[in-house]
Amino acid sequence: MNVMNQILPAHNIGDYVPMIDGPDKVSGRAKYTADLLVPGSFAGRIFRSPYSHAEILEVDVSEAAKLPGVKAIVTGAGCDKTFGVLPIARSEYPLARDRVRYRGEPVAAVAAIDDATAKEAVRRIKLKVRELPAYHTAHEALADDAITLHPHRAKNIERDVFFELGDVEAAFATADLVREATYNCAEVCQNQMEMHAALADYDAVRDRMTVHASTQVPYYVHLMLAQVLDMDMSRIRVVKPHVGGGFGCRTETLNVELIAALLARKASGCVRLVVNREETFITHRGRPETDIRLKIGLRKDGRIAGVECECIQRGGAHSGYGVVTILYAGSMLYAIYDLHNVRYMGKRVLTNTPPCGAFRGHGTVDVRFAFESLLDQMAREIGIDPIAVRRANYLKAPTFTDNDLMVNSYGLPECVDWVERQSGWKERAGRSNGNGSAAEQKNSAIKKGLGFACSHYISGASKPVNWTGEPHATVKIKLDFDGSIVVLSGAADIGQGSTTILAQAVAEVLGLDLARVRVVTGDSEVVPKDNGSYSSRVTFMVGNAAIDAAQNLKAVLIAAAARKLDAKPGEVECLGELYRAGAQDKGLSFNEVVTEALKDSGTITVTGTYSTIPESHGGKKYRGAAIGGTMGYSYSAQVVEVSVDEDTGVVTVDKVWVAHDCGKALNRLTVEGQVQGSVWMGMGQAMSEEAAYHDGLMLTANMLDYRVPTIADSPPIEVGIVESIDPHGPFGAKEAGEGSLAAFLPALTNAIADAIGLRFNDLPVTPDRVFAALEKRARAKSNGGA
Amino acid sequence: MEPHKQKRDFCRMARLLSLTLNGRARTDAVSDNVLLLDYLREIVGLTGTKTGCDGGECGACTVLVDDRPLLSCLTLAARVDGRRVDTVESLAVDGRLSAVQRGFHEKLGSQCGYCTPGFIMASAGLLRRNPRPSEDEIREALGSNICRCTGYVKIIEAVQHAAELCAEGLTP
Repeated sequence: MNVMNQILPAHNIGDYVPMIDGPDKVSGRAKYTADLLVPGSFAGRIFRSPYSHAEILEVDVSEAAKLPGVKAIVTGAGCDKTFGVLPIARSEYPLARDRVRYRGEPVAAVAAIDDATAKEAVRRIKLKVRELPAYHTAHEALADDAITLHPHRAKNIERDVFFELGDVEAAFATADLVREATYNCAEVCQNQMEMHAALADYDAVRDRMTVHASTQVPYYVHLMLAQVLDMDMSRIRVVKPHVGGGFGCRTETLNVELIAALLARKASGCVRLVVNREETFITHRGRPETDIRLKIGLRKDGRIAGVECECIQRGGAHSGYGVVTILYAGSMLYAIYDLHNVRYMGKRVLTNTPPCGAFRGHGTVDVRFAFESLLDQMAREIGIDPIAVRRANYLKAPTFTDNDLMVNSYGLPECVDWVERQSGWKERAGRSNGNGSAAEQKNSAIKKGLGFACSHYISGASKPVNWTGEPHATVKIKLDFDGSIVVLSGAADIGQGSTTILAQAVAEVLGLDLARVRVVTGDSEVVPKDNGSYSSRVTFMVGNAAIDAAQNLKAVLIAAAARKLDAKPGEVECLGELYRAGAQDKGLSFNEVVTEALKDSGTITVTGTYSTIPESHGGKKYRGAAIGGTMGYSYSAQVVEVSVDEDTGVVTVDKVWVAHDCGKALNRLTVEGQVQGSVWMGMGQAMSEEAAYHDGLMLTANMLDYRVPTIADSPPIEVGIVESIDPHGPFGAKEAGEGSLAAFLPALTNAIADAIGLRFNDLPVTPDRVFAALEKRARAKSNGGA
Repeated sequence: MEPHKQKRDFCRMARLLSLTLNGRARTDAVSDNVLLLDYLREIVGLTGTKTGCDGGECGACTVLVDDRPLLSCLTLAARVDGRRVDTVESLAVDGRLSAVQRGFHEKLGSQCGYCTPGFIMASAGLLRRNPRPSEDEIREALGSNICRCTGYVKIIEAVQHAAELCAEGLTP
């Protein structure tokens, strides 16, 4: 047998592939922004408002300025440009001007020769104000006599959303069971491990600004720096080093990087601004406290007849992402079940608390919690298995929902089947399941329960926030004499593994080993612009662009090989390290093909792009209906097993089974990691995490009071991967990093209801809440008996 | 205070710190109030050890002092005089990843990587004193380290994999 016949192209997708930047992370070599210690740089510090709401009368920095070693002080007076992620709602100044609107809002900042001097300078700054009424809840801010936080937002409403598609009243009239319930989800924070950091270096000679920042979207930072510095974009360079997590709070440009740049320009030097954990919490952009009133009409056969949902979000002091968040909460009622007759009323409210933003599962999580809770409750009441009630409402893909969302691939049924089978649901659900018989369980204080729920998410918003008409994603590949494939992309790896996915995609198309591929990201001077790492867009959008670029490169190489082999391009077979024309041809090595190809043009660069199709852009049936539109939805189903201690109210999660439809798992290792991380983050929100305030002061701005689950509290999470092969996805792939978060919350409370017969509609479900509910029930029973 | 005066005060309060850091003896003049974390990062330049919180909450700064995990953000540099301090930069042997490093890399115990040095040092400390830990022992040993990415499932698998690699002869 000819040895050449044994050569096969390398395969790089579908397996367990450790991240290509993993060795840097485990060895301590990976540099995060705070690790960039530049000799001669200045230390930055921020002076923050101690008031929730006040008119600024004077910011007195005179004493601070007298301190030797202080190099620059900036206040709101030095920057009258606003910033914000949505072009329609840029209401925020890097440093407050005329008003402060939340406790901790930046008012002034100092750069000094060392941190001790900067700290002392901040201590010397005096703020004179006239205090204004402060509203720390949505209810207070909506009161008739409340003054407005922002003059252009009447009644403190950032956005009022209303739509009704179908006839909701008629649907309720035909339903066999109509139930209504209210839910409250506490505000939660991303609390990523790396605290916010920026290194801004201003070159006064050439009027250029270089900013290294812990961001998910270097492009947005670039735009906002140009805006607040009033500098031409060509004079700005943004670099994203390794980033220690984001989960949405770093999608928006934060005041940290903008203040660092303002200081650097004023100091004509390099300023390192690393805020502490408390400041990272206060910079916020987490998930808003959400109040939901939900009404569902259900028919005897399990079909959902109609839905009415009212959602109020306490958005915090600035617009931020607010409009989009409140729209997602409504639009994403759809695209998971076959729903008709839906009425949604959403209110995004401005309050004197730190600004909320996009948090993993943006806008969808709290409404999904309410929906899956009420559906579970009603299924039990009407006498249908909670899983069967979901089965009765499946979509039939391909389809468009009533609000014009495009669904092409739909692996939810397979997800449901998988968790049902793996968890032994049929044998155990609703039968005092878990260890021991019903009789044994009755005598024990520990009650076991199983709960089920589903969720879904988008694979990137089809229409980017900054609509420019460009392709949604662009990737470049450079190939030179050394034969290494250098992929250039602006996609921000924030720990989710996007760099690895791009390398895999390119290597797969070219049939080459991953070792030949290097990926360069995160420097605006080198890489193409990217819309950034948010709404789970990178694998889908940038992955498709990477495939396109690799195919373009392959065409160049095949043409060169054809010339050298004296064959037609159509006759050339690419086997990765070998190109040949016919099975008997001894062919050309990859390096020989590269050498031939370089004769034409010298260094080869190719471009790949990806654009979403207009059908995916959502509809126009109500204002903002484009929000929710994506090229592909991921789906998730979960079963959660709990033990509830009736003596203490402590809930223990014993096990989670989760199945996620990611279209095609390009990397099973990172898909599993993303799904487990999502489920676990949902667990934190459901069971312990809460941003609590007293008079506008965040009480939980540290990692002890903001109770992140530890390894001791965290359950085994078994992941099933469902591959529905999306027709538009890169190799069929969809998102894997967000869609499994939301289902945990209702699966947990449904499991608790199964265990002890009590339903918890307010999150987090802490032991004191469980204990209080058990006590209340016991008192009611004993009163009833007396 | 004038800068030159500050400098004088610094000299008065500084003393010589001698330790074995990552296998090498070294001596530095270090002010009494400098934390071990800041000494490592800012004076020595070993930035593998991370700051994740405002003090003792997250475990990202964990290093080994005489093989025992210690939070370098709650430890004055002066306290490690004469001791042996190991950071994440010390683990690789002859350019090869150690067992714990390989475990975290190959099993995806590290996503964003920011908590990773702390987890790796706490795990290395565990395996140095207990080469075959049970799952409960792993959970206990890593109970004061917070990770926000993984949900810990793959961290446990990483440490178990590392223990297997140790059994094959790799150093933790």
